Amino acid sequence: MTEKVLLVDDEIDFVDTLAERMKTRGMNVSTSTSAKEAIKRVEEEGFDAVVLDLMMPEMDGLEALAAMKEKNPDLQVILLTGYGSVEKGVEAMKLGAMDFLEKPIDTANLAERIQKAQANRMILVEKKTEEKIRKIITGKGW
Amino acid sequence: MEQKPDGLGWNGLQFFGRISASISHEIKNVLAIINENAGLLEDYCFMAEKGKPIDPARLKGISEKIAKHVIRGDGIIRNMNRFAHSVDEPNHQVDIADLLELMIALNSRFAANKNVQVAHKSPAEPLAIPANPFYLENLLFLCLQYAMDAAGSRGAVTLIPKKEADGIAIVMTGLADLSAPFPGPPETALAEAIGATLTTDSTAKSLTIALKK
Repeated sequence: MTEKVLLVDDEIDFVDTLAERMKTRGMNVSTSTSAKEAIKRVEEEGFDAVVLDLMMPEMDGLEALAAMKEKNPDLQVILLTGYGSVEKGVEAMKLGAMDFLEKPIDTANLAERIQKAQANRMILVEKKTEEKIRKIITGKGW
Repeated sequence: MEQKPDGLGWNGLQFFGRISASISHEIKNVLAIINENAGLLEDYCFMAEKGKPIDPARLKGISEKIAKHVIRGDGIIRNMNRFAHSVDEPNHQVDIADLLELMIALNSRFAANKNVQVAHKSPAEPLAIPANPFYLENLLFLCLQYAMDAAGSRGAVTLIPKKEADGIAIVMTGLADLSAPFPGPPETALAEAIGATLTTDSTAKSLTIALKK
């Protein structure tokens, strides 16, 4: 199944090239250079994974992560950073990030994480569906 | 034993650290872009080996992007070198146009994070003043942080150098909200060290650094 991923970084040449590389790996890729726009797109479109830069103008990656997870708790977010401090990594994980990678990235590694993100998301969706069915069955007394 | 940090020295180290961290972040971004473009070339070679022809226009685009970011990286490192050399001598003739250009470049990531545009006007004639270059850069940087906060998100700060009868003034305009206290202890200590005067004007929405000759 094709992974639907949103790449978010204010460095347009970075997101464009990374998007092209992920497309050659068969992924359905969208890009955004603004955290605010990315939050809106996540709400409207629905992605298996979001790859989000930590340092962006106007709104940083951690704020954007919190906003995205608030409305989409199942969303799988991979944070990218120029320099990964332990504190930022811990904060990102507390906010529900799936992973935290340092730039320059190993694209094969990122592609694997995106595939894992899709698998995680599918498990969460399946669990929620099972839960719903169980509630219906219990409610009906079947 | 607890050591009391030396004010100017500690401020200077903090300033040096902030600029170095920002520069290293910028260089990482440049390397990340070059890395992705090199990787994309590798992807194309791999596809060519599998029989898919390479479009020369795509290759040209990639080489142009790499060249563009090598120039960008070179500019960042050049500014880093200029900045590092500002501690070579405690006093020398500082060219104001060069100083403003360097400080705007070093401040660019801070400005982007605050979503503020920072620009400078070139002086009508060459302006230079004898000063401690590092202290002057530190003072300008701290004043810029205050100016950007006062300008607010989507604001614009313009640095205007002016020749005065007894020296040079650098006026920062576009400071919409001057309600925050200024100057604080670090700005006051630096201004005293280089004999500068700091004034804000809520009518003109500006901050002036007056440097005496």
